[in-house]
Amino acid sequence: MTDSTASRPRPVYRNIHVTQILGYRLPPAGIVSILHRISGALMFVLLPFVVWLFDVSLSSEISYERFTSAFSAGVGFLPGFFMKLVALALIWAYLLHFIAGLRHLWMDMSHAVSKEVGHLSALVTLGLSTLLTLALAVRLFF
Amino acid sequence: MTPTYGSKRVVVGAHYGLRDWLSQRVTAGLMALFTIVLLVQVLFGGPLGYERWAAIFSSQWMKVLSFVVIVSLAWHAWVGVRDIWMDYVKPVGVRLVLQVATIAWLVGCSGWAVQVLWRL
Repeated sequence: MTDSTASRPRPVYRNIHVTQILGYRLPPAGIVSILHRISGALMFVLLPFVVWLFDVSLSSEISYERFTSAFSAGVGFLPGFFMKLVALALIWAYLLHFIAGLRHLWMDMSHAVSKEVGHLSALVTLGLSTLLTLALAVRLFF
Repeated sequence: MTPTYGSKRVVVGAHYGLRDWLSQRVTAGLMALFTIVLLVQVLFGGPLGYERWAAIFSSQWMKVLSFVVIVSLAWHAWVGVRDIWMDYVKPVGVRLVLQVATIAWLVGCSGWAVQVLWRL
């Protein structure tokens, strides 16, 4: 090793620690990336709830009543509006995951991976998923 | 050519993630197709009640498509959730337990969904 390389300080890169997350200013593409993961994890955790909804809504007319009353009267000690909130969380997760996934497929196929295009498509993903979620929230609660 | 088996087996390098990458995209495409097919049937065809909702899933082709999507979802989620464990959980023992739990979770949910589908 020569002197010039040994004396010059080399840049150090470290992973972000959990405690630093809030202080970090992520670009829109970074926000979409982490939300893609969070929404996927959320749907994974709530998967039994989704299958339960699939079960009660399809099995019989009596169980279908339980499906609809889950969102009006509630299930057990959980009130109806809470069930609607959980459903809305799933709707948001599905929409964001869906649109962010299409963005991935589109980037894979078109090789449109410049900073500008990534920035713009990330903003479109965030905007579109938020708008659709709000529209369905209105449909769900009013 | 260098042998890629036995003690000379190459365990690192390019292409090892290609299968996961591709399967995640193929399964995503199938689920997107299912979403559109289901959405079209729900939105067009009059007021939605139990009768029509059950009729949508009663046709044989819809059962087959739904089954394909159930398998796709489990596969897709396995690739994604395993990535999460590999990124954040470093101790091998803990990671193995979480991966086994993930498989059990996904296989259990898939079995339940298939049961609902095929008793219709």
